[in-house]
Amino acid sequence: MNGVHDLGGFQNFGPVQPEPDEPVFHADWERRAFALTLAMATPGGWNIDMSRHARESLPPAQYLSSSYYEIWLAGMERLMMARGLVTREEIETGRALVPPVAIPQVLTADMVETVLARGGPADRAPAGPARFAPGDAVRARNLHPAGHTRLPRYARGRTGTVARVQGCHVFPDSNAHGRGEAPQWLYSVRFAARELWGEAAAAGDSVHIDLWESYLEPA
Amino acid sequence: MSQGHHHHDEDREHGAGLSPIAIRVRALESLLVEKGYVDPAALDRLIETYEHKVGPRNGAKVVAKAWSDPVYRDWLMRDATAAIHALGYVGRQGEHMVAVENTDTVHNLVVCTLCSCYPWPVLGLPPVWYKSPPYRARAVIDPRGVLAEFGVSLPETVAITVWDSTAEIRYLVIPQRPAGTDGWDEDRLARLVTRDSMIGTGLALSPEEAARRGILS
Repeated sequence: MNGVHDLGGFQNFGPVQPEPDEPVFHADWERRAFALTLAMATPGGWNIDMSRHARESLPPAQYLSSSYYEIWLAGMERLMMARGLVTREEIETGRALVPPVAIPQVLTADMVETVLARGGPADRAPAGPARFAPGDAVRARNLHPAGHTRLPRYARGRTGTVARVQGCHVFPDSNAHGRGEAPQWLYSVRFAARELWGEAAAAGDSVHIDLWESYLEPA
Repeated sequence: MSQGHHHHDEDREHGAGLSPIAIRVRALESLLVEKGYVDPAALDRLIETYEHKVGPRNGAKVVAKAWSDPVYRDWLMRDATAAIHALGYVGRQGEHMVAVENTDTVHNLVVCTLCSCYPWPVLGLPPVWYKSPPYRARAVIDPRGVLAEFGVSLPETVAITVWDSTAEIRYLVIPQRPAGTDGWDEDRLARLVTRDSMIGTGLALSPEEAARRGILS
């Protein structure tokens, strides 16, 4: 999806603004929004790719005018409504108006440490050998899927070199839409900065991007 | 807003009650608790973990160990996932790690242009600037300009390698060990390792700079 979240290469957002001694959270609502988002994945049953897609497919004006945890919140609300966990009216009123749906599990306090430590490893057993090896010249395919993808627009059609084989990983484009993990080989591909951005870029600079096998073709 | 305020005060607008977003989140939390989907104690535990237990001092210990122990450094560069997990820094957003090392000729910089991928177990939660459009947009097209905004100026002989973290692979930059630290133990070395130096928007502190900031006293 050519969404507004795909920010690599935009030039008009102004300077980066580092904040000395930045707190982990800037307001209590950020703490609660962060924790709610993590906690609701257990009863909600969604995966990281579904979460990303829910945030990234927000209307562009809403995405760019929201703070980070506002984006998280809006994404979570979408996921909850899509699964019938809550209704829009319940979110707007803050009151339970329909009975809760059956959920597999609630994240309880005593589970938190274990769940965080386990994380969500994305590596899977490969079905076959990797198509590419370090040093191979590859081109990022010119793909513009309507659904979720992790192929940044700035890389499409550009030629690079396989730098690392990162293992076989869950394929977000499929997993985000509930169509299974469909694991593929994942590569770190090195693109010369000049291949991406032209002659104004420094000769030795490069960008490495993690790209799944089906995003790539031999160059 | 300062960290010192009572936490509920942070949600109040000047001279008014709670801000609209604070009200919305409170209402949502009470709704989800009422419907039986959320345990409030679990929320407290999650917040406690990332606000007080997990942060960039974990990553600093990894870097200091790599600077001090060549065997560990080689393991880290070969299999960062195993080498970092061996120190106990495991879990969510750190499932698959890669360490990239700065040298006299290469400087590494990490970004996630599509969202805000960040190695939580070693660096904690990301700062606002890391998640913001200016950084995500420009780190890949103008890394030297971004570094300048952090006060980092590198000679043209140093190539900049940007790592766009689009998958579940998380990158940890190993900054160069500062001069004048021969014989330092790992605890002392770790104090020179800043969060930004492990993202690549900063360098490790020199002993003089650390002393000036009162970090070594």
